Amino acid sequence: MRSAPGPLEYLRRWQLRMWLIAVALFLYLPLATLIVFSFNDSKRTILWKGFTLDWYAKLFADTDLLAAFGNSLTIALLSTLISTVLGTLTALLLWRFRFPGKPLFEGALALPIVVPEICLGVAFLVFFNTVLRWPSELPWPLNLGAITIAHVSFSFSFVALVVRARLASFDRNLEDAARDLGAGEWAIVRDIVLPHLRPGLIAGALLAFTLSLDDFVITFFTSGPDTVTFPVKVYAMVRFSVTPEVNAASTLLIVLTVGLTALALRMQGTDLVKTQAAA
Amino acid sequence: MSAIIRFEDVTKRYGPVLAVDNVSLSVEEGEFFALLGPSGCGKTTLLRMLAGFETPSEGRILIDGADVSTTPPNRRPVNMVFQNYAVFPHMSVADNIGYGLRMGGVGIGERARRVDEALALVKLDGLGQRKPDQLSGGQRQRVALARALVKRPRVLLLDEPLSALDAKLRDAMRSELAALQHEVGITFVLVTHDQDEALAMAGRCAVMNRGLLQQVATPSDLYEFPNSRFVADFIGSVNLFEGQLTLDEPGRAIVHAPDLAAPVFLDHGVTGGTGTTLWLALRPEKIVLNKRADGPPPPLSDDGDTPPGHNIAEGTIRAIGYLGSESTYDIALGNGRHVRALRSNLTRWDQEELTMGEPVWLRWHSCSPAVLLS
Repeated sequence: MRSAPGPLEYLRRWQLRMWLIAVALFLYLPLATLIVFSFNDSKRTILWKGFTLDWYAKLFADTDLLAAFGNSLTIALLSTLISTVLGTLTALLLWRFRFPGKPLFEGALALPIVVPEICLGVAFLVFFNTVLRWPSELPWPLNLGAITIAHVSFSFSFVALVVRARLASFDRNLEDAARDLGAGEWAIVRDIVLPHLRPGLIAGALLAFTLSLDDFVITFFTSGPDTVTFPVKVYAMVRFSVTPEVNAASTLLIVLTVGLTALALRMQGTDLVKTQAAA
Repeated sequence: MSAIIRFEDVTKRYGPVLAVDNVSLSVEEGEFFALLGPSGCGKTTLLRMLAGFETPSEGRILIDGADVSTTPPNRRPVNMVFQNYAVFPHMSVADNIGYGLRMGGVGIGERARRVDEALALVKLDGLGQRKPDQLSGGQRQRVALARALVKRPRVLLLDEPLSALDAKLRDAMRSELAALQHEVGITFVLVTHDQDEALAMAGRCAVMNRGLLQQVATPSDLYEFPNSRFVADFIGSVNLFEGQLTLDEPGRAIVHAPDLAAPVFLDHGVTGGTGTTLWLALRPEKIVLNKRADGPPPPLSDDGDTPPGHNIAEGTIRAIGYLGSESTYDIALGNGRHVRALRSNLTRWDQEELTMGEPVWLRWHSCSPAVLLS
C-alpha cells in the first residue's frame, strides 16, 4: 500500500499534478500545434486532412526561403563568434581591471539589453544610412555585414553579462597558485581561467546564437532590400497567409535550436556539475 | 646552517594602513619556521611578499643572498600551499601536480616520473587520474603539497594549511607535515593563527602583532620565556599580575603586586631598578592548589630559599572545567581578582577532590613567574 504524500512531496498531490499539466499545456500546446500542422495534408491550417511531407519538400524547393535561412545561419554564426570573443574580453576587462569611468562603462554595457528593440532598430537604420553606409551590392556574405554588426552590438552584452557572472565564482587563489607554479599571464588565462569559464562561454554563445537567429525587429530595420533573413522572410509570407510551409520552416528552426541547446547543455552539464562540486 | 631567507627592514603599506612594520628576520636552511599571530597581524602579508604576490613598500627580501623583492612569483625558487588548497578543479590529480613542471619546460617522460614520485611522497599512489572533486579534503591538501614539492623549491610556503581540515585529521596531518619536512629537507615557512599548530610543528616561531615582530624563538622559549605581555597572553593561557619591583639583587628579587596580598619572591635578579613597574606571567599549570580546610600547606619541593609568607594566595574555586586529561579551575582571590589554575588528572581517583566553593591555597615556585617589562 502506498503511504499518504509527505509534506514536501508536492508532486504526489493530484491538485498540483493538474496544475503542472495545465502549465505544460499552456507552454507547449501552441508549439505542438505548429509542428503537427506542418504535416497536415491541406492548404488550410485549421482542419486536419491527413499526414504529408509535401510542405517539407516544398520548403526545400523554395530557393528564396532557403537563401533567407542560409543568411540567418551565416549571420548567427558570425555574430556569435564575434560577440563571444568581444563579450568574453569585456567581461575579463571588467573583472580584472580598475579604470576611470568603469561604473559608467558597466552601465552602458547593459543598455542594449534594456533599450527597447524598436529604438535600437531605428538607431541602426539611421546609423547605416548616415554614418556608415553599408553598400548592399557586395558579394555574399559581405552584404550581411550591416546586420551582423547590429547583431553583435546587442548580443555581446548578453555574452559579457553571462561570462561576468561565471567569473564571479572564480577563485583568485587558483590564479595565484598557477603563477606560483611558474605560469605567465597568458598561460593563466589559457590553462586556468578559460576552463573555468567554459560553461559560461557555451551559455553565452548559445544565447548570442539564438538571439541573432530569431531577431526580427533590428534585422528588419538594418537589412537592405536584397538581404532577407529567415524571420523577415517568414513575416513576409505570413502577411499573405499562414501556410503549412511556414509551419514546416518554423518546425525545422525549433528542431535546430532545441537540438543545439540540448547539445550545449550536455557539453557543459557534466563540466558544470564537476566544477561546482569541487568548488 | 646559513640563512636562506632574509627580510631586511621590510615594511608594507596599503594606503595609510601599515600591514608589516619594519620587520627584519632570517630563516635558516632546512628549518621549519612558523609565522604566528592573530588575524590581521601581517603574517600572511609577509608570506605573500616572500612568494612574490606582494612587493615590499620598503626594505629588501633576500633568498639565497639574492634580492628578490621585485621578482615575480613565477621566477622565485619558492612554492606555496594555499589555505583552501587552490587545486585546479578541471585538471586530474596528476595534471595538477605536473602543472608546475610543464610550465618549467620539463619533458613528458621526466614529468610523469616526478609526478609519480610526488604522489608516492604524499601517499596518493594510484590516484593520479582522479579529479579533485573525487577526493576528500585531506587528499586535496596532499595534492596541493605534492604540486608544490614536485618543483623542488628552495622554500615551501604554507598558508594556514590545516585550517580547512577537521580536528582529528588536523592532528594527524601535523605530525605528517613535520615528518615530510624532515624527509625532503626543504625549508618550510608556515603561517598560522593556531598556536598549537605552530608549537607542535615548527622548530622556530615568529610571533607577530599589528605588523610588528614581537618575538622569534623556539616554541618552548616562547611559552616559558615570553618577552612581552602580548606573547605571554597569545601563546597558551596565562595569569598576568602588574607589580612594582621592591628588591632587586643578582640572585633574588621581590615584587609587590596589588592583586596579590603576599609579595612575590623570584629566584633571579631583574634588570630594572627598584620601583620599576613590571608584569608577572604565571601559567595555570604552574600553580599548586591545596585545600585551606587541611590547614597550612606543606612546603613545595625544591623551592630553595623562598622566605615564608611569599608566593602564596588565598582563593575560592568558582568554576571547574573537566577536560579529561586535566581540569581547569577558575579561582576568585579575596579581592575579587580571578586566577586560572590547571591540574593534571594523574590518577583515576582524584587524590584530593576540589569542588565548587572550596577555599584553596594557591602557590608557585620562585622560578615559575615570567617577568615582563613590556
